[in-house]
Amino acid sequence: MNGMEPTDEAAVARARAGDEEGFRVLVERHSRTVFRLAWRMTGNEHDAEEVVQETFLNAYRRLDRYEARSSFGTWIYRIAVNCSLDLIRARRRRTGAESSDTLLAFPSRDPGPDRLAFSGEVGDRVEQALGELSPMERTAFMLRHLEGMSLHEIALALDRNLDATKNCVFRAVQKLRRALEPVRSTV
Amino acid sequence: MTHLNEEQLILYYYAEGGDRPAVEEHLASCAACRSQYQGLQGTLDAVEGAPAPERSPDYGSAVWGRLRPRLGVERRQRWRRWAAIGAVAAMVTLAFLAGRFWQPPPQERASLSTLARQRLLLADVGDHLERAQMVLTEVANTPAAGRVDISAEQQWVQDLLSSNRLYRQTAAGSGQLAVAVVLDELERVLLEIAHSPSRLSPRELEDIHRRVDGILFQVRSLSSQVRRDQL
Repeated sequence: MNGMEPTDEAAVARARAGDEEGFRVLVERHSRTVFRLAWRMTGNEHDAEEVVQETFLNAYRRLDRYEARSSFGTWIYRIAVNCSLDLIRARRRRTGAESSDTLLAFPSRDPGPDRLAFSGEVGDRVEQALGELSPMERTAFMLRHLEGMSLHEIALALDRNLDATKNCVFRAVQKLRRALEPVRSTV
Repeated sequence: MTHLNEEQLILYYYAEGGDRPAVEEHLASCAACRSQYQGLQGTLDAVEGAPAPERSPDYGSAVWGRLRPRLGVERRQRWRRWAAIGAVAAMVTLAFLAGRFWQPPPQERASLSTLARQRLLLADVGDHLERAQMVLTEVANTPAAGRVDISAEQQWVQDLLSSNRLYRQTAAGSGQLAVAVVLDELERVLLEIAHSPSRLSPRELEDIHRRVDGILFQVRSLSSQVRRDQL
């Protein structure tokens, strides 16, 4: 970060006072993390870009309600989660419930040669198991497993208490284990 | 130490939880738990996701470039709203000045403080409804496949119930009957979720889904209306 750039709190204060530059700093600083979260949740770049725009627009509208009790990063994450869930719901309404298993896609990494044989089946099982999770379970799991966020950070981002967040991750892992163990036991 | 449960193993895998040294020590001495942990580790290690697509270094500037014109529209709309509020404030001031010369009946004098109370209530109810929408959506999106554990949602619902009751009573007391009616209906659904068994059969979950779908629409409508009224 440039030494001349204001802190998030200072930028929020400037933006609240009507200084557009303050909000520019916040957008430029947090766009990439918001995009990454939105991509994890929506599963495609086009939707993720839409979520990024809606997230910052909503943040701008609600800036007066931001309280410095949590960091701006956590606050914007929470808005991004809600925007992603809204978009997923809208997509579900457009495409119909029958395609709900493709929501919140979980793009798989290209397998190495040594894993190629069984990774296809594992990938299918993972997709299937993730399709059976609720959006909140998938989001909590992905933030923990892929983004490396702590359970405490995830609880703040999802606006849930720590126990509820843990339960989401536990349930996700249990379902994944049930889905993957038959494949793993054959290898 | 008794055997480790799955939750302790999951927390250990993610380096979370306070009793890490004790878990480590137990795993070193207990073959059954070690085997359990290796199974879990194998499963979670197999769940990989592609790295998120890279954004260019000037991505933030590009986002800002697309967003900025929309903020201009937003500001103009906000100006119009402020202008409307200003007009109302001017009318209130005029009414106040007029009151110096003409004493209104007691019933009208009370209406200004009622209005202030209503606006305060609306701000809080708006936040409450957003939280309620999140938990209802979560329940509505839970797939009815096999027996489903909704204990986490029930905890969340319990938190919402006490505040819902308070807002409903306040709304009814301050004459916001439309708000009170929706909160009343919301409370019934929240109670139903809270008092359900924590593990639901597909049929039980479908019953809950029907109730949630019905109230969710009302909550969303009221939430939008409350947000508009706040502006």
